[in-house]
Amino acid sequence: MSTYILRRLLLTVPVVIGILFTTFLIKAAIPSDAVVTMYQGQLSEQDASKAIAIMRHKYGLDRPWYMQFLSYTEGVLTGNLGQSIRTRQPVIKEIGYRYRNTLELTFAAFLVALTVGVVSGVVAAYFKDTWLDITSMTVSLFGISMPAFFFGLVLIMVVSVWLRWLPVIENGWQGLILPALTLGLIEAAPLARVARSSMVEALGRDYIRAARAKGMPESVVVLRHALPNALLSIVTLAGLQIGSLFGGAFIIEVIFSWHGIGELAVEAIQWRDFTITQGVILISATTYVLINLVVDILYTWIDPRIVVDKS
Amino acid sequence: MSFTTAEPSLLALPAAAAGSRRATLHALLHNRTAWIGGGVLLLIIFAAAFAPWIVPYDPYRVDPIVRLQPPSLAHLFGTDALGRDIFSRIVYGTRLFLLICAIAASIAASIGVTLGLLAGSGPAWLDMLIMRLIDVLLAFPYILLVLAVIAILGPSLWTAMVAVGIAGIPGYARLVRAEVLSVRSLEYVEAMRAAGAGVWRIRLGTILPNVVSPLIVYGTFATPLAVLAAAALSFLGLGAQPPAAEWGAMLVNARTLMFTAWWTVAAPGMAIFVAILSLNLLGNALRDVLDPRSR
Repeated sequence: MSTYILRRLLLTVPVVIGILFTTFLIKAAIPSDAVVTMYQGQLSEQDASKAIAIMRHKYGLDRPWYMQFLSYTEGVLTGNLGQSIRTRQPVIKEIGYRYRNTLELTFAAFLVALTVGVVSGVVAAYFKDTWLDITSMTVSLFGISMPAFFFGLVLIMVVSVWLRWLPVIENGWQGLILPALTLGLIEAAPLARVARSSMVEALGRDYIRAARAKGMPESVVVLRHALPNALLSIVTLAGLQIGSLFGGAFIIEVIFSWHGIGELAVEAIQWRDFTITQGVILISATTYVLINLVVDILYTWIDPRIVVDKS
Repeated sequence: MSFTTAEPSLLALPAAAAGSRRATLHALLHNRTAWIGGGVLLLIIFAAAFAPWIVPYDPYRVDPIVRLQPPSLAHLFGTDALGRDIFSRIVYGTRLFLLICAIAASIAASIGVTLGLLAGSGPAWLDMLIMRLIDVLLAFPYILLVLAVIAILGPSLWTAMVAVGIAGIPGYARLVRAEVLSVRSLEYVEAMRAAGAGVWRIRLGTILPNVVSPLIVYGTFATPLAVLAAAALSFLGLGAQPPAAEWGAMLVNARTLMFTAWWTVAAPGMAIFVAILSLNLLGNALRDVLDPRSR
């Protein structure tokens, strides 16, 4: 068990270096653009080129790339991600509270996706080939095909404008309801499909027939005998879902003006604020890698066979 | 998963159908899901091919006098904030939709398949190198990888297509590598090797044809995701730029317009939804026919 975890930890090292290098490329790719954006229309052409030279020196862009990469890595390790091109604030400070907001949204959406996805998948499997099954699978197909941003707009329209249940933009937990529903319901769709197929498989096994033959109540058969065996593929997908939820939050935040790192990243790319873009992508990818690490280690707890297979 | 609207008896077509192309086609023609998905897709292709003859107005002509008109006989889907006919823009949007599908899928598939073939059938060090590269790409959530590429290349329709293409590479590479590993020690591959066939002849002539079915099935699921991401990018202002008649870009001002002019939001949103749904329906049908394991 501990050797497996150690191996898994070692495997993340090259991945983290890869993330560092990819985010480093963001900075290396657009140096002059950023400076031009900074002084947009404020300087004459000569002054601008002088300013660009100064800026390039200040950001160390006139040094060889490997030196730049080393100092970038050093900065990241000491928690210094530079300062925003646009607001001149430290990147860490700009990201700070927004990071928490994004995690909040991701977590709330995950709860919605898990509840709706697993319940509808299990119900569809139990009532296989009835109208309930067909309806829930059709709805989930619609969910897979629906652009999240359009679904968000439709929800705002229905819930806030027509029904007037919630204000359009609201801070605090009330403001979390609509974005979390949008993201969670969209991501519930693939979960429902996987939950259904693995439940159908589990319900067809001999031990289910045995349990029924013993006269066990249906609720025990479904929840205690079938569901735990269907759980592994559900958990596998749910682990992967966290990533798409986290990424999906980036788009949902913009629609609902939820002040998270996604909204920040989209603005930063539009403004060519490469330090912010770099910081957000670095922190998000690292978070994602850590989440995957935790999920992988959790597997070994759910299904001890995995350790044997992988090591 | 066996979701489909086809009758159960047709679903139970023998798996051997995958063996021959004619049988596959036959099974597809008897699949209602395939008919719906394929029909809508054909309609989209038709609209893209004959757009200039279908549209009642120039999709780019600005006419402030008729701005924000609700749907009527003169303007089927109404007009937008600049007085452009939304129906005409939706019809022209089919062209960009198909273009994005084609570019995104071909970038992801060509690079992904090559990497997967090399990793699966090449020397061990190459496999190691490629898989570590894939690991790095997979370290980013899909949308985030797309945003990273956009941040490096700058926002435009072309970079959006390249970005969703690149983000799709790891999926294809991993699939092909796994399939190659499972077929490369089979007898007919050994036979080719014994007969003295070159490495690339074995890769392209013997191994690749055997991974085509899972590849097609995967492609029909990966492509709609890529197109959805591209539409989201345009919506965020990081993909197709106005005045492009791209469905996602048509929704850029949706948040302010939806309260006063719902049709400006409904038409492009529904267009994306229906187009993606048709791809997914077709994908479902193809998977049911080509991949007997999924049933």
